[in-house]
Amino acid sequence: MAEPAPRTGLQVEAVSHRFGERAVVDDVSFSVAPGEIFCLLGPSGCGKTTLLRLIAGLETLQHGRVVINDRVMADTTGIDVPPENRPMSLLFQDFALFPHMTALQNVAFGLKALDPGTRRERSLEVLGQVGMLGHAERYPHELSGGEQQRIALARARAPRPRVMMLDEPFSNLDVSLRSQLRDLVLHVIKRTTASSVIVTHDPEEAMFMGDRIAVMRDGRILQQGPPEELYDRPLNAFVAELFSDVNRIRGVVRNGRVETALGDVAANEFADGTEVEALVRPDSLILGPVEEGGASGTVLAARMLGESSLVHLGVAQGADVEDLHLHVRIPSRSRPREGNTVGITLDTDRVFVFPAPEC
Amino acid sequence: MASFQTALNDRLASVIGRGGRGFDGWSLAAVAVAAILAAPILVILGHVFVPAGDIWAHLASTVLPRYVFNTLWLFVGVGAGTLVIGVGCAWLVTMCRFPGAGVFEWALLLPFAVPAYVLAYAYTGMFEFAGPVQTWMREAFGWGPHDYWFPEIRSLGGAVAMMSLVLYPYVYLLSRAAFLEQSVCVLEVSRTLGSGPWRSFATVALPLARPGIVAGLSLALMETLNDFGTVDYFAVDTFTTGIYRTWLGLGEAAAAAQLAAILLLFVFSLVIIERWSRRRMRFHHTSNRYRRLPGYRLTGARACGAFAACVSPILLGFVLPGAALLAWSIETAEEVIDARFLGFAFNSFALATLTSVAAVGVAVVLVYGTRRRQSTLITASVRVAGMGYAVPGAVIAVGILLVSSQIDNTIDGWLRATLGVSSGLIFTGTVAGIVFAYLVRFLAISLNTVEASLSKIAPNMDAAARTLGHRPGSMLRRVHAPLMWGSLLTAATLVFVDVMKELPATIIMRPFNFDTLAIRAYQLASDEQLAEASPAALGIVLVGIVPVILLSLAIARSRPGSSAGPSTGPSTGPNHG
Repeated sequence: MAEPAPRTGLQVEAVSHRFGERAVVDDVSFSVAPGEIFCLLGPSGCGKTTLLRLIAGLETLQHGRVVINDRVMADTTGIDVPPENRPMSLLFQDFALFPHMTALQNVAFGLKALDPGTRRERSLEVLGQVGMLGHAERYPHELSGGEQQRIALARARAPRPRVMMLDEPFSNLDVSLRSQLRDLVLHVIKRTTASSVIVTHDPEEAMFMGDRIAVMRDGRILQQGPPEELYDRPLNAFVAELFSDVNRIRGVVRNGRVETALGDVAANEFADGTEVEALVRPDSLILGPVEEGGASGTVLAARMLGESSLVHLGVAQGADVEDLHLHVRIPSRSRPREGNTVGITLDTDRVFVFPAPEC
Repeated sequence: MASFQTALNDRLASVIGRGGRGFDGWSLAAVAVAAILAAPILVILGHVFVPAGDIWAHLASTVLPRYVFNTLWLFVGVGAGTLVIGVGCAWLVTMCRFPGAGVFEWALLLPFAVPAYVLAYAYTGMFEFAGPVQTWMREAFGWGPHDYWFPEIRSLGGAVAMMSLVLYPYVYLLSRAAFLEQSVCVLEVSRTLGSGPWRSFATVALPLARPGIVAGLSLALMETLNDFGTVDYFAVDTFTTGIYRTWLGLGEAAAAAQLAAILLLFVFSLVIIERWSRRRMRFHHTSNRYRRLPGYRLTGARACGAFAACVSPILLGFVLPGAALLAWSIETAEEVIDARFLGFAFNSFALATLTSVAAVGVAVVLVYGTRRRQSTLITASVRVAGMGYAVPGAVIAVGILLVSSQIDNTIDGWLRATLGVSSGLIFTGTVAGIVFAYLVRFLAISLNTVEASLSKIAPNMDAAARTLGHRPGSMLRRVHAPLMWGSLLTAATLVFVDVMKELPATIIMRPFNFDTLAIRAYQLASDEQLAEASPAALGIVLVGIVPVILLSLAIARSRPGSSAGPSTGPSTGPNHG
């Protein structure tokens, strides 16, 4: 998993962290190049936020090393740069705007090294970038949630941090505002050369924002890479299921192949006799006319979902076994009629075989 | 999938974290402060097992039954009085519309400014045999001294009346808040189901408001137990006067401590009732939809009745005694207000200032301690440190004096042995000792205010300041200080006023020849020089109006339907020594 570490940007090396008995972060390593957007994706409680706070210096590092721009921020030899001296900034889930300061004063708060004139100029510039110039003199309680979010973004961006971290930046906003702000944030941070780390539990958001994504569970990174890699070559069932609904087909390995109701699939390196599960995304199944010797199923329901349609199929697996229920996503609006029988072809390149979970 | 529990732990841990880097050792300070503040109360409880010998048997056979009898009657009388006035007025001003209701809403708090003992002096001055009322009656009707019956103001009944008149605002404040918090919907449902206004009040509004009413009542009764000035002046023997007499008159420390311990039993039961009722209050929001209360429009005789019901407690508890004090003060000002009087005022002012600064300082340390690390030990320490508000001043004073001479001697001996210097008396009969007693009693006021204010500063705000390049010191100065300044000032003001009014602990603990306005009023009144006592008493009342104004402003700011009203309880209200 180790990549050649670039000389600049953010490096997190073998970081572990415990709260009492519980390992919250477990041997996590990754690096983020300047200008790159890196997403930490995982369910709540998986250690993402703790990781951010370790990078920020808001928690004391217990194991590993954090390096920003070739400078060690924290390690186990006793180096521990306090948060105020680290060239990074954080955008908080609850925005954490100072209620007694105007939007402008909030943004200027991180620019204390500048002289007053330059400070004001820079603050106004950043406020302009997030479209909030007209609200510079407002107090946080006079602003809507979306506007507060923009001010918080401007405040985090104003000091030109080398590393910018966003903790669940959109979770406090309603759905329509979320997509609008996502777009704005993406373009604002794409314009900088900072290394950005975004924490989220929403896979779609991670794919929307991230150049690379790391999937975390129980404090560990399960897999990291560009979105296509995670989508097309997941290392385990958890990652595979994260990005879409999947069809699960159980089978046993014989002669290096798995026999399924939809045909044989390469069993990768699993030994003969292993109980395995093949995971198939709904868009990896192709429907067509019934072919001799090919797999087929009965259409149970077919629904239009906007840009695509979803077909529910029942596939007979034999007398004693329950029918297989499959979801197939097809791009067109022309759907097969309910009750018809259709042929099913499997895109064998995009079938993921993993050990069957214990039942 | 991570379970909910681990998610919660993660959230908690990230909040606690090292958020307050730079405040190391504050948690330790919190535990130490709590231990020191709890010491006097623990000393009292510890003395339950010290044999007091014959004196205890003597007390038990002579005065103890009277103490219990009087204290219980005070409980019943003041309880009934504050309930009727407090709940009745709260219902009228929140649910009915009649001329003056808007003014009564805050004016009903005015008696809060008058300590019970000051009211007692004023009424005695007005209603005693030689006072203006009886003199006028004799002249008007030509009666001789024995031709008529007039109620004796200096009696148990009189004490009940005095305390009810100044303590009802506790019940009023909390039941008003409880009525405001009730959704209009439940009352309207009750009306549509065929209940009239009276029935709706009795079957829906009153039961829903009960936890608030009980909390207010227990606060009023705590003040009843604390009272020394009124019962002493009226010669009604209660535990407070008994402790004072056993300690100073008989010189029996152990017996005084045991009387104090019995008094603490009453106090603890009230604390438990108050806590219990406050906990239940949270579950009494039946609906989240609020609207401006519609109000029953009262006209004619009913409006007059409501007006009279609300104006009487204000007249009797504030206007009338205030006017009497003012008249006597004008009469005696020239001879009373001299350099000595200004000295008393200065002493009061100095004690109050010292205590309020100390109380706010200690509260800040404790509250930051809990913010930094939320261990059960620290939370418990802070709770213990705040318990003093329920403990009568006389009990605290005895608890401190029981050990202070030993501590003084120990410190002095140690200093002599090691450094060859003498520290003299540090706590016994010194300003330090008396400020400590005030701290034990009034810390809860500053603690609640500071806690409420700091809890509004989200922990992420600290993290935001740090990550934006500000050191802890700069963060405190630029983020915390401006956000908390107003609350710190409020806390200091509330403590200041309570110290000005405090009587029992001051009497027992003051340094020799060190008199305050409260002490001066007490001494002159005890010498039957009521007119001469008036300027000092009036001064205390005037200072006492400050928190009433703060409360009224808080009430005005709280919109109807918002979680209603200012925080009450130990953070507000007077101390009726």
